[in-house]
Amino acid sequence: MQGFGGVLGEAVGLIARWDPALVEIVGLSLRVTLTSVALACLIGLPLGAVTGAFRFPGRLPLAVLLNALMGLPPVVVGLTVYLLLSASGPLGPLRLLYTPTAMIVAQTILVTPIVAALTRQVTEDLMGEYAEQFASMQVGPLDRVGALLWDARFALITVALAGFGRAVAEVGAVLIVGGNINHVTRVMTTSIALETSKGNLQLALALGVVLLGLALLVNALAMTVRLSAARAANV
Amino acid sequence: MPALRARGLVYATGGRRLVDGVDLDIAAGQCTVILGPNGAGKSLLLRLLHGLIRPSAGRVTRAGGREAMVFQRPVMLRRSVRSNLRFALGVAGFTGAARRARIDEGLQLAGLAALARRPARLLSGGEQQRLAMARALVTDPAVLFLDEPSASLDPAATLAVESLVRAARARGVTVVLVTHDAGQARRLGDRAVFLQAGRVAEAGPAAELLNAPRSAPAQAWLDGRLYVPRDTEYRDGRKD
Repeated sequence: MQGFGGVLGEAVGLIARWDPALVEIVGLSLRVTLTSVALACLIGLPLGAVTGAFRFPGRLPLAVLLNALMGLPPVVVGLTVYLLLSASGPLGPLRLLYTPTAMIVAQTILVTPIVAALTRQVTEDLMGEYAEQFASMQVGPLDRVGALLWDARFALITVALAGFGRAVAEVGAVLIVGGNINHVTRVMTTSIALETSKGNLQLALALGVVLLGLALLVNALAMTVRLSAARAANV
Repeated sequence: MPALRARGLVYATGGRRLVDGVDLDIAAGQCTVILGPNGAGKSLLLRLLHGLIRPSAGRVTRAGGREAMVFQRPVMLRRSVRSNLRFALGVAGFTGAARRARIDEGLQLAGLAALARRPARLLSGGEQQRLAMARALVTDPAVLFLDEPSASLDPAATLAVESLVRAARARGVTVVLVTHDAGQARRLGDRAVFLQAGRVAEAGPAAELLNAPRSAPAQAWLDGRLYVPRDTEYRDGRKD
């Protein structure tokens, strides 16, 4: 068996050669993750902003629920989506199980509470600052939500990046609903698990390196955004 | 018909009446200054008149028209000077060329044309207050509420804010100004209301009230004396 150094060398070689299998897996991972995060933002940003900006019956329980759902176990989400999409499930006729779409659905369910809960916190803090001014101006509900989302945009980019981090590193849900089918639903995390069990450590490690690189990139982006916001003095 | 008429206005919380049966007419097109010591309920009364707070009892009737308020600490949206004006105008229903013209007018009014693209929160305190005033004025309010708009400003910035108040008056805007500065009340006020412990101790023409106050609280305040009513009780070092 090769030592760690040898495996790492071969893994770096796979990345450097732009290995087709590696590129395919990374590409699908990014497609699934980015689509999930985009959908989660479409749902979570307005949901969080409305929860943060308005007082309505059930607001506190909703906020508690969103916070609790941030810790949703991926395998539970995977199992639920599996049951919904399986042939005998209510959405079975759509034939989505073991497709990238099923993985996107599962990841969207996982990421949406994160985006919504963090957005609620950000917009609620901002609303505390704006409340009297908005009341004086008689700002309508749509304008209010729009203004809060726009003025909190730097913080919300970080929120989206947090969602991306959660989705790209997730394995349980996509494994259950995607099935880890070669050339169809095989993503980085599921591939790493599979290739490691097969003893193909070079590809597993190469994917691990890429995953780690992406995580670093995401954090670097988040840091850049925060610094930009600070330089612009919360514009 | 006054611009605003308050009758039996009460705001109570925690078993205390912070505004206690205020009857007040705010004359249209004039500047009414609300004076009084700290804790008299001046800012609270202003918010009740503007409708930001619901009174516990009593009512405020309005002649109509848009209202705007400028706070002691101006609330700047996290965007540029120009965008702050654009937002206020958009909310007030101005669009297109009319909005663009009013943005330019607001920038000129506030003397901030050169800083139009600057983040509003990077402006100095005086510049922010001028922007807040312009942001209120460009929407053509019938009534402008000002809550100690120059409380933390230096004399030059105060002068700039006061010139904007005069500009508002010149446009026929009814101004209701809370201030703790007797000099400012003299410079700007047409009428004055003196509050003491949530009640109107005295009201009338500003020059009259400020030069020859009839009520003991107003006399004490203008003389710089502490006024404590005889029936005030102290518990745990706090006045009740």
